[in-house]
Amino acid sequence: MGNSLNAWSEALVGFHLLGLPLGLIILAAIPLVFIALYSLTYGVYGERKISAFMQDRLGPMEVGKWGILQTIADILKLIQKEDILPTSADRFLFVIGPGILFVGSFMAYAVLPFSPAFIGASLNVGLYYAIGIVAIEVVGILAAGWGSNNKWSLYGAVRSVAQIVSYEIPAALALLCGAMMAGTLDMQQINVLQSGSYGFAHFYLFHSPIAWLPFLIYFIASLAEVNRAPFDIPEAESELVAGYFTEYSGMKFAVIFLAEYGSMFMVSAIISVVFLGGWNSPLPNLGSLALNTWTNGPVWGAFWMIMKGFFFIFVQMWLRWTLPRLRVDQLMYLCWKVLTPFAFVSFVLTAIWEIYLP
Amino acid sequence: MSNSTYTVIFYLFAALTVGSAAFVVLTRNVIYSAFSLLFTFFGVAALYVFLSADFLAVTQVVVYVGGILVLLLFGVMFTNSIMIPGQKSEVSNLFFGALLLLGVTGGMLYTFSASPGWKISGKTLQGSIVELVGFETMSHYALPFEMVSILLLAALIGAAFLARFDNKGNS
Repeated sequence: MGNSLNAWSEALVGFHLLGLPLGLIILAAIPLVFIALYSLTYGVYGERKISAFMQDRLGPMEVGKWGILQTIADILKLIQKEDILPTSADRFLFVIGPGILFVGSFMAYAVLPFSPAFIGASLNVGLYYAIGIVAIEVVGILAAGWGSNNKWSLYGAVRSVAQIVSYEIPAALALLCGAMMAGTLDMQQINVLQSGSYGFAHFYLFHSPIAWLPFLIYFIASLAEVNRAPFDIPEAESELVAGYFTEYSGMKFAVIFLAEYGSMFMVSAIISVVFLGGWNSPLPNLGSLALNTWTNGPVWGAFWMIMKGFFFIFVQMWLRWTLPRLRVDQLMYLCWKVLTPFAFVSFVLTAIWEIYLP
Repeated sequence: MSNSTYTVIFYLFAALTVGSAAFVVLTRNVIYSAFSLLFTFFGVAALYVFLSADFLAVTQVVVYVGGILVLLLFGVMFTNSIMIPGQKSEVSNLFFGALLLLGVTGGMLYTFSASPGWKISGKTLQGSIVELVGFETMSHYALPFEMVSILLLAALIGAAFLARFDNKGNS
């Protein structure tokens, strides 16, 4: 396996067994296994521990040392739980809702470059696809909320959809600034353009004096898109019980949470790719101390990509446990009167910078 | 990917598109037909991918699934009488509907059999389509592009005007 771009994934695509394109299935299964593993360890256990430390608690401590096996116990409990279908629920939509939700969050993983040598599909519209495919998640939320036949669920679903659809605009405009700096929509190519011997200095966050603005706007908008606090009004516990998944229990509930953790990593990965160089090492080459050269490569790339994603997930958790929830009108005010105008400003400034300054 | 894999995937998506489109029309439950449109739009997007129109495919998902379908679902869910159990849409105009169906299907089949094969462009596709789309929009089709944006801006201002609070308090 060489060091050329996408070497691993292309080798996988070429793998056939008994005439069946087994490699393609393995290629799609790798991100799936990744989501499951990461949400099991860092997602559930990590969030519980982080929230506990932030609130000066200990968190789960009973199962295993420091409660490490707590998530396994939770999964065992979820698997054993009875699969409850509310009598007045719309059976079909109730069952299919979490499925559509998870598929929607999983589909963007097709274009996430996990390493210089691994990407699901190196599309030339990768970034656009990653922004657009979130739309499927919206339909899943509506199916879950409507199918539950519960007022809280429906309110949660409607709030969630209004929020996601609104925040897509500043998010897309902010990512457009990144696309303008790169001049391409290919996620792998955006990463390649940010590599260089000075490490982090080549990242698009430091590309122009206004690049921090779209970065910040996309980060805030992405919090709203994945329904994380302070934008978690769709599942506002104090108002709506649990929002669109009030009626769900057992494995269906687990699938909804898997979708949430999936899209959390997805937006974190997108922001790392567009503004923080994705799989590029942030360490610079210091004379003969070639830190950047040593820490780049297919395996290191995967390490940096996942670490950058995890860093943003940590920030998401940190915000969740420190900031209070916004009201619905404050949410819409922030989106339409603050983020969208600033996104337009950063769009115009980035365009001017790209045209008139090299 | 081998050719047979392509064929299998193509027919899967074609069946998904046609099946879900038929379900949209045939089901008597409005909510189901709205949700079924998701699969239709998605299948059509997949068929665009098979035509190497990946930009169009993603736009299909963004515009139809993210925009129109969500709007449609909102519209259906906020309909007053949707909560009445057993609400079904009526089957009316069976005769004219069947006539229209037969006419359109017959016309399309006739065109399909009568046309002398597909015209294949001499030029092969080179490089990324996205850049070509961008260049053409900004050069050849700049005027239509600007006209569309003015139309959308007018629609946006109109929507904001309609949704605005009335300060005087009447109505």
